Amino acid sequence: MSVDLSQFIPTFLEESFEGLALMESSLLSLEVDDNETIHSIFRAAHSIKGGAGTFGFDKVTEFTHLVETLLDEMRDGRRVIASADIELLLESVDCIRLLIESARDQSGYDEAKVAQTSQALSKSLSQGASLPGAENTPESEGEAEPDAVQWQISFIPGHHLVKTGNDPLLLFNALADLGPLELSAQASELPSLSDMDPQELYLSWHLVLTSAASEAEIREVFEWVEDECQLELAQLSGQGKQDKESCNSPPDVTTSGEQVTAEELAEPTTIAAADKSPEKKPEKAQVKNKQDAGSIRVGVDKVDNLINLVGELVITQSMLSELGNDFELSKLERLTSGLEQLLQNTKELQESVMRIRMLPISFAFNRFPRLVHDLSKKTGKAIELVINGEQTELDKTVMEQIGDPLVHLVRNAVDHGIEPAEIRKAKGKPEQGTIKLDAYHLGGNIVIEIKDDGGGINKEVVLNKAIDKGLVEASSNLSESQIFDLIFEPGFSTAKELSDISGRGVGMDVVKKNIQSLGGRIQIESEQDKGSTFRVNLPLTLAILDGQLVRVGSEIYVIPLIAIVESLQAKAELINRVSGDMLLYRLREDNVPVLPIYQLFSLPADTTEVENSLLVVVEADGQKVGLMVDDLLAQQQVVIKSLKDNYQQVDGISGATILGDGSVAMILDIPGMIQLAMKSAQKNQAQHYSANVLAGETV
Amino acid sequence: MMEKEQEYLTFVLHGEEFGVDILCVQEIRVWSALTQLPNKPAYIKGVINLRGVIIPIIDLRLRFGKEPLEYNDQTVTIILSNHDKQNPMVVGIVVDAVSEVYKFNSRAIRPAPSFGQVVDNCFLKGLASIDDKLIILLDSKALLDHEELYCTEKVVLGPVAG
Repeated sequence: MSVDLSQFIPTFLEESFEGLALMESSLLSLEVDDNETIHSIFRAAHSIKGGAGTFGFDKVTEFTHLVETLLDEMRDGRRVIASADIELLLESVDCIRLLIESARDQSGYDEAKVAQTSQALSKSLSQGASLPGAENTPESEGEAEPDAVQWQISFIPGHHLVKTGNDPLLLFNALADLGPLELSAQASELPSLSDMDPQELYLSWHLVLTSAASEAEIREVFEWVEDECQLELAQLSGQGKQDKESCNSPPDVTTSGEQVTAEELAEPTTIAAADKSPEKKPEKAQVKNKQDAGSIRVGVDKVDNLINLVGELVITQSMLSELGNDFELSKLERLTSGLEQLLQNTKELQESVMRIRMLPISFAFNRFPRLVHDLSKKTGKAIELVINGEQTELDKTVMEQIGDPLVHLVRNAVDHGIEPAEIRKAKGKPEQGTIKLDAYHLGGNIVIEIKDDGGGINKEVVLNKAIDKGLVEASSNLSESQIFDLIFEPGFSTAKELSDISGRGVGMDVVKKNIQSLGGRIQIESEQDKGSTFRVNLPLTLAILDGQLVRVGSEIYVIPLIAIVESLQAKAELINRVSGDMLLYRLREDNVPVLPIYQLFSLPADTTEVENSLLVVVEADGQKVGLMVDDLLAQQQVVIKSLKDNYQQVDGISGATILGDGSVAMILDIPGMIQLAMKSAQKNQAQHYSANVLAGETV
Repeated sequence: MMEKEQEYLTFVLHGEEFGVDILCVQEIRVWSALTQLPNKPAYIKGVINLRGVIIPIIDLRLRFGKEPLEYNDQTVTIILSNHDKQNPMVVGIVVDAVSEVYKFNSRAIRPAPSFGQVVDNCFLKGLASIDDKLIILLDSKALLDHEELYCTEKVVLGPVAG
């Protein structure tokens, strides 16, 4: 039997990244004498090391081993936790991440950085830690004994040992690698032939090993079988250190008694899965499928809920099919109520399925403590990060795509927002700046706020800069929010000096674009010397949309409900024709340009005259337009299907959906349509112009 | 040389017989109503819903720059799929009629001479003759390639809707 270990690799990778994130956040919150935190960091490192070893990611194993050794010293209290060590460990976490990523993608990595960190680790191990008097070579473990000593090992395996895929012979071979090994088998427990189960192991062994290896190294050999055997280790010669421990509750390498080991507390990991076949470690584990299908961890309660709902659905279905078998009009009422129930079931099922895709936003937020820690060191500003609403749930896809824009906003808050300590003092503010990350639900949206108590945005500086760069006219009279929005213009950066944190002027427009592509909005509030707030509004999910169905000619289109301001019948006296073919509709104080969909999409339509036609007023990017349609149909939730899968992006269309009758309807992309209209207006103007020029020439 | 036999589904287009690798053919459907896409070249007829997947429908006559033909009850849509999990692509092509399934030896396929303007050369795989008929074999890879098929840069022959 051979187990294809590579199938576990994605799980290992995922859990390793989780473990690294845990290490990172624990390291940042680590305080002196906080043993529990060090334990959890150690356990995470240990799981990664074990898993990496199983899958043959040797570089990861080697490197993590160094980290683990350092952590072990901290854990045993042999090393005082210094802030330099924490920095070193944080860097190591980065390196492990690099190594794992390179193992995943089978690509190269920043070898210099890893080598440097690994050297620093070895150096730190050899220098500081261990007990006075003990000699340590750089790569040796804290417990290494320079002289070969005799170890007496009593190994009493559980009867089921071989069933779990372990072979004592392999263990002995591994031990023999450490030094000369003598062993004698005890057959006293052997039952009579008739009682014997050939798949059980009845033997136990006494071993005498002469080796310079440390106890930890010897125990490592038995790592995979710890849970299934009684292991006693005693030193015969040397300093006469006696150490007896029963292995039923598996100890690790430690001396302190109340410690719980990594193995026991480690979450159900890949190691557990790999436990069964340690001797089948593949020489080179290859990631066969590079495609990242991605996976989600779902709470069991969510799945249970789903199963309940499906059960109800099945009941409704059988009720309905029974009704349908011999239907007569007298049963109409039951049919209606059955259909209503079906509707209810479907809705609930839909909601539950959507909830499976929802993850708490802490997945996106948990990288910020590290980021702010690093940035505050780099800039020399003391900054406190406050995170609220981490449990707010958000669609996984939205979460993945919002990460980078958020990083950018936080960087900006550190770099541009928070002032240096002296200035803060002069302003009478506490020297430590505060950045608040907040997430909450509002209506069908999620709101993420990034708030700093820094200098705020200086309106005049922004405006002058925009005028300098030719983004706005010097004479234009802009409102406060319009001025703040200038920050999102391409090529705008107010930082006086470029720094590697931010200030290249490519960021904010990309941030805005990314947020918009998710169907979200970003707003700025700022008060001079008090700080600024960036508020990001995002839809909860990308997969479902509340839409208004409209008809143009024979085609049905879906307008996102969120974009619709109002629908009205155009009155002739409120329509103004301006230069060219542009139509403006007077809507109270506003003049709204009218976009006839049939013209934009070159379709035949019932009504081509604006008078008395139906206008759906929609808003996008602060711009209102009236879409001319033939008919307003139902409002319903539609499931968004991508056109890009099999075709390509279509201007003015954000996707498609399938209607109740199985036909396809296009979902309108309002900002895209406005752009399309502008483009065609420009083209028209150009045509008019050239027509005029030609006419002029003939005259 | 290795002798490799491959089956081809052939179809008629403007009196000529074309063949595509049968492994790329997902199914054959009769012509059915579809949803139009705005502002697209004339050869893209629109999209249909095929069991929840939205698939564009290409009129191969128009794509190859031939006169359009009124759709009749012989008109069929061949659904082509590249069966590529990482980069899936499904497209429907409208042809005058499907014809036969032939088996060709790889040696029986001769490289195509330049066709001038009959067919975009990129779609051509070769020529094969059977029973005195000449069959133009199309390259299914090119047919199932976004850039080649939708030809965003190259000039497309035939009328283009504005």
